[in-house]
Amino acid sequence: MNIHNKCPKNLDVSCGCALCCTKIQGVGVTHGNFEILKDVNIHIHCGELTAIIGPNGAGKSTLLKAILGEIPHTGNLTFLDANNEHANQPLIGYVPQKLDFDYSSPVSVYDLFAAAHTNRPVWFSHAKKIRERAQKSLARVQAEHLGQRRMGALSGGELQRVMLALALDPIPNLLLLDEPVSGIDRKGLKLFYQTVSELRKKYDLSIILVSHDLDLVAQHADRVVFLHNKTVVCSGTPEEVFHNEQVIEMFGLGMFKLNAINEGVCEG
Amino acid sequence: MNIWYHLVELILPFEWTQYLFMKNALLGVLLVTPLFGLLGTMIINNRMAFFSDALGHSALTGIAIGVIIGLSNPLWSMLCFSLLLSVMILIVKNVNTASTDTIIGVFSSTAVALGIVILSSRGGFNKYSVYLIGDLLSINSQDLLRLVIVFVVVLVLWVVVFNKLLLVSINASLAGSRGIPVRFYEYLFTLLMAVIVTISIQWVGVLIISSLLILPAAAARNIAGDMRQYHLYSVSISVVSGLVGLILSYSWGTATGATIVLISACFYTVTYAVNLLRR
Repeated sequence: MNIHNKCPKNLDVSCGCALCCTKIQGVGVTHGNFEILKDVNIHIHCGELTAIIGPNGAGKSTLLKAILGEIPHTGNLTFLDANNEHANQPLIGYVPQKLDFDYSSPVSVYDLFAAAHTNRPVWFSHAKKIRERAQKSLARVQAEHLGQRRMGALSGGELQRVMLALALDPIPNLLLLDEPVSGIDRKGLKLFYQTVSELRKKYDLSIILVSHDLDLVAQHADRVVFLHNKTVVCSGTPEEVFHNEQVIEMFGLGMFKLNAINEGVCEG
Repeated sequence: MNIWYHLVELILPFEWTQYLFMKNALLGVLLVTPLFGLLGTMIINNRMAFFSDALGHSALTGIAIGVIIGLSNPLWSMLCFSLLLSVMILIVKNVNTASTDTIIGVFSSTAVALGIVILSSRGGFNKYSVYLIGDLLSINSQDLLRLVIVFVVVLVLWVVVFNKLLLVSINASLAGSRGIPVRFYEYLFTLLMAVIVTISIQWVGVLIISSLLILPAAAARNIAGDMRQYHLYSVSISVVSGLVGLILSYSWGTATGATIVLISACFYTVTYAVNLLRR
């Protein structure tokens, strides 16, 4: 990418050198009298995969919902495009942790895509154009064989890829992935991370991934954010974060193999 | 109406179609069962079976309010009360963190209790017991006109907003991320449900209204592979159960609503078995 012509001087409100980015500044969420998140600051560049890790109940999914605009929050979310101009309405793709509906419901994968892409009622019929579009989206995540299947009959990994395909049509500015805690086998998880990694480069996507698999995070993430006690304790490259004492203590990373032995730059 | 009566005599020259009330009931069944079949699919998707039950029960309070303010036909007070109740349940559900079932249970039993207290205080509950089991054969041409209007409105809405409703039911956050106003559709569907339940309650009764909504769709989902089949089967099962139930209730002299529910339950059993055999 040859776009390093002029660096803006005011680095506080810009993304750096002509890159698009998402800035999460001082974000807090309270529910009733209960504080869920406070003073969260994260800076996300496009073309980067930012993984959010942390113990259960740290507010990871809540953070995604705040970014989605679904729950009210304090602080600022700024989306800047390559010219450092504010993009007020970034296109956000979202892969939920789990579906809300009854899994035995006869909703086929095509039904899902048609419902999202057209107003023609899916109980009437599917337009051929919509089917082809869905097929193309599914091919992106190696799920082209799943179109006719019922959503409830898919394995955890397959469902996750189908939801990813939907989130990528149209190609979003920011992709939010909320990984399920369980229900996906190791092979499916690996395939998912590989697919996401490839798509990140191909479409220059900003990706925020709530993850439970530190091993795969270490392999694929560009940046890692450790969320604990309602706020960001530590963020940086995977090497930096996985050498942080609190992270090691929280996840028991004793046997975790990382090549770099540099001291982490995060403050404990 | 006369066209309908002639039509029935022409294509259904049976003993039971000679009576005017049977012709009315037949039209009523043909109008209301497809709606049950349609709405049922989404009620089950949204896991709102219990909610539809609560709506049915709350009608008792609606009737009681109608009696207090002296309405001859308590339909409007029932409608107002069930709309109010569904809005209240949605508000509490969205604010509170308690489980939806608990909240619905609280509202439902409170409404039933209130209705019974008011109705029984006026010299006995017995004269209102017709609302418990309903009377489809009492349907008149004014009712039918109202039903036609509701039928058209629901059908149009089902064409226009179904995809949005489906997406909201699959995952609300996902729907929101694609620019769908989730709350609006949540309210729209719930209020639609309240209208259908209330308007049909005098014919099918408080006790079984939710079974009529749930059973056809529940039977359909046993054998359907996608949304199209789901709707096709659900509506067909609902209409066929309605017709068979009406005719059987005539020859057996039983309550029509309950007979229809039993036929639907048979469909459920059969499709359940078919589903088991296919695996």
